[in-house]
Amino acid sequence: MSGRGVFPKHRTLGQIFAVPALIGVMSIVGLVAALVGDGMWDGLSWLMLLAPIVIYLACIYLPRRFRTR
Amino acid sequence: MAARKSLRRWEWLHKWSSIICTAFMLLLCVTGLPLIFHEQIDDILHSQVKATDVPEGTPLANLDDVVAAVKAQKPDMVPHFLIWDRDDPNALMVSVGKTVNANPVNNKIVRVDAHTAEYLDAPDVTGRFTYIMLKLHTDMFAGLPGKLFLGFMGILFCVAIISGIVVYAPSMRKLKFGTYRSERKRVVRWLDVHNLAGIVLVMWTLVVGFTGVINTWADLVIKYWQFDQLAAMTAQYKDRPVVASPASINEAVKVAIKAEPDMRPSFVAFPGTLFSSKSHYAVFMRGDTPLTSRLLKPALIDAQAGTMTDSRDMPWYVSTLLLSQPLHFGDYGGLPLKIIWAILDVITIVLLVTGLYLWLRRRKSGVSLERSVASVPALEPQTP
Repeated sequence: MSGRGVFPKHRTLGQIFAVPALIGVMSIVGLVAALVGDGMWDGLSWLMLLAPIVIYLACIYLPRRFRTR
Repeated sequence: MAARKSLRRWEWLHKWSSIICTAFMLLLCVTGLPLIFHEQIDDILHSQVKATDVPEGTPLANLDDVVAAVKAQKPDMVPHFLIWDRDDPNALMVSVGKTVNANPVNNKIVRVDAHTAEYLDAPDVTGRFTYIMLKLHTDMFAGLPGKLFLGFMGILFCVAIISGIVVYAPSMRKLKFGTYRSERKRVVRWLDVHNLAGIVLVMWTLVVGFTGVINTWADLVIKYWQFDQLAAMTAQYKDRPVVASPASINEAVKVAIKAEPDMRPSFVAFPGTLFSSKSHYAVFMRGDTPLTSRLLKPALIDAQAGTMTDSRDMPWYVSTLLLSQPLHFGDYGGLPLKIIWAILDVITIVLLVTGLYLWLRRRKSGVSLERSVASVPALEPQTP
């Protein structure tokens, strides 16, 4: 992906909200799963709700591999 | 341009809803953090008398003996509620008040051994760290007005989240999802953090925020339920005085369990208290799964005759309130979920602080951040 060029292309709403929508759906699944049952359902809930945390930390603390200079 | 104008409106909405609620949301996030772990904190800070460990299958004590033990210990108090401890099946809790219609907010909790009916302890929780956090978190020591005020701040927080989604789009026109421009000035870095934290937390903050708002309406919901359903269920009793010497509570609970054999009792409200009529024990039954254990079904047992008067599922508005509690507290998926809740809460604090900083910064410079940073970096020269 060529993120920022000299004349960066405008991203469409679909592109902007694709990942956030996915995270949103995962959050909902995570929030509901632990209500439905115990054991496996709890595990599913932890996994889904860890997603926003992992993504947040990865974006901020992982060094960017493709640093355009 | 209509789109431009409408975006300005959303920016305005995001700015003002955030500015008004941020200080209170910070208070809620900071006090909410220890509350996630209130049991663990209480365990560390305060000792409590343990109920005797018994082998499985040991018969439970007669509930009348349990109540008698409480009355012997607190002769000048009146029992309001008998509560089964969710976390400790060996202990029962009895909530006692000065009079039968005293406000239960000031009640004391007496713990009794569930098998031997022996008095355990009656800790004064009002000086506890977790109690102070809870009061700050729920009503800031200002009672119902304080609660409703915080509820309103919660609504503003939800407005800020939704308007935040709208203003997120234009500021991400030229950036990949999750962009963090670590080499840039703080104002740009923090804008990236704010955008990222806000957008990944959207669902969680909306759910926890809105269920919190619903919780602030609990008192009103219960008042309405009394007026709407409890009154209807006990209509033919409405002119009777409070039962002077009620029949056996043990028998009343047995009658309730017999009517709902697949459920277990959660708590019993004594005649004349907030959750019952003047002449009934209200036995609140609950289910067994994480979901159904939160939902209650009251069985009203005639406190004189010991027979069932009526039993109805809670109406939707009470069920909504009951279900919004776990979704707000995060206490329904074990310790790992609580830890996740805590981390999400901390990221919310980051979201609030960066948002506040961006507003202050923008006020100082008088430049609109979203547009300047998103289009041409007006705030700083670009390093090619």
